[in-house]
Amino acid sequence: MKVVILGCGRVGATLATQLDQVGHSVSIIDSSSDAFQRLSSKFRGNKIIGNGAQEDVLRRAGIETADAFAAVTNGDNRNILASQIAKEIFHIKKVVCRIYDPLRQRTFDELGLEAICPTTVVADMLFDSLSGIR
Amino acid sequence: MYIIIGGGGDVGYYLTRSLLHQGHEVLLLEKGHERYQSLSDELGQSVLKGDACEARIMDEAGAQRADVVIAVTGEDEDNLVICQMAKKRFKVARTIARLNNPKHEALFQKLGIDVTVSPTKAILSLIETELPGPRFVQLMTLKKAGLEILEMSIPSLSPVIGKELNQINLPRRCNLVLILRDNEPIFPTSDTTLQANDDIYALVTREAEEELRTIFGTA
Repeated sequence: MKVVILGCGRVGATLATQLDQVGHSVSIIDSSSDAFQRLSSKFRGNKIIGNGAQEDVLRRAGIETADAFAAVTNGDNRNILASQIAKEIFHIKKVVCRIYDPLRQRTFDELGLEAICPTTVVADMLFDSLSGIR
Repeated sequence: MYIIIGGGGDVGYYLTRSLLHQGHEVLLLEKGHERYQSLSDELGQSVLKGDACEARIMDEAGAQRADVVIAVTGEDEDNLVICQMAKKRFKVARTIARLNNPKHEALFQKLGIDVTVSPTKAILSLIETELPGPRFVQLMTLKKAGLEILEMSIPSLSPVIGKELNQINLPRRCNLVLILRDNEPIFPTSDTTLQANDDIYALVTREAEEELRTIFGTA
């Protein structure tokens, strides 16, 4: 599978490394070249510097032939814009994005965007963990 | 009308003032603390501190009863989210977004933003109109009709020079509406003869634009 990832923060870099290790072809985009230092030294995928909310940058990352796209920059709105470009302009079948704001996540989920909200996911886990304590 | 504006930069500020002046009920949302302070010193109750991308703030602003939401921040992604949230969550009838990158126009339209305004594109075409030499300028886009209004000056080597309009095979979806010759307007008919340096104003579909330019030698 060919995957394009936008954002090489901790989550993006970890995801890219994992996918690369199991044999997928990965391109990762970030606006800063420093961010790529987070990748494993064994990472074989493409690293693209640029603003991933721009079509030409996504093209350089090979989005036209990608099977999946993940937007994990630290900006909710940037992820939302880039994901919708991937879906509507490049017709990528599998698009998933991270949205920190729970209300925003719910709205875009209803609009058909597959979005994961780490805020609620982590809060639920912490809640469960703490609920086990008497 | 009740109008909510997201983003209190220069555009948001002047827009708020002019809409208030026209007698509308306007609420301007600005998230930056210092900018909010200086806006509220002048505009008072018409400014609220908060991020228009956040549903909680929009709820507080009374987005449910807004007739129009206008997003004019400096970031396209923020403007997109403000408008999409307004439409989907608060059922706002009309959303207008400022576009900083003109390439986002098609996407925004596809995603249901009612109106997009691209200052970058507008400034470019204004400047192009003022530049000397062979010209080809998109003056205006009529979005709903899918039409462009073009201005072009006929280059001195154009194949159409000396021909009457009925001898030229124009694209099907195209209308020459005006010719400007030495600053004299001519309303073209089928026997109007074209000359070098005529300024042509044409109404044409986006698809036929390229064909029209080839015919006039401005491609």
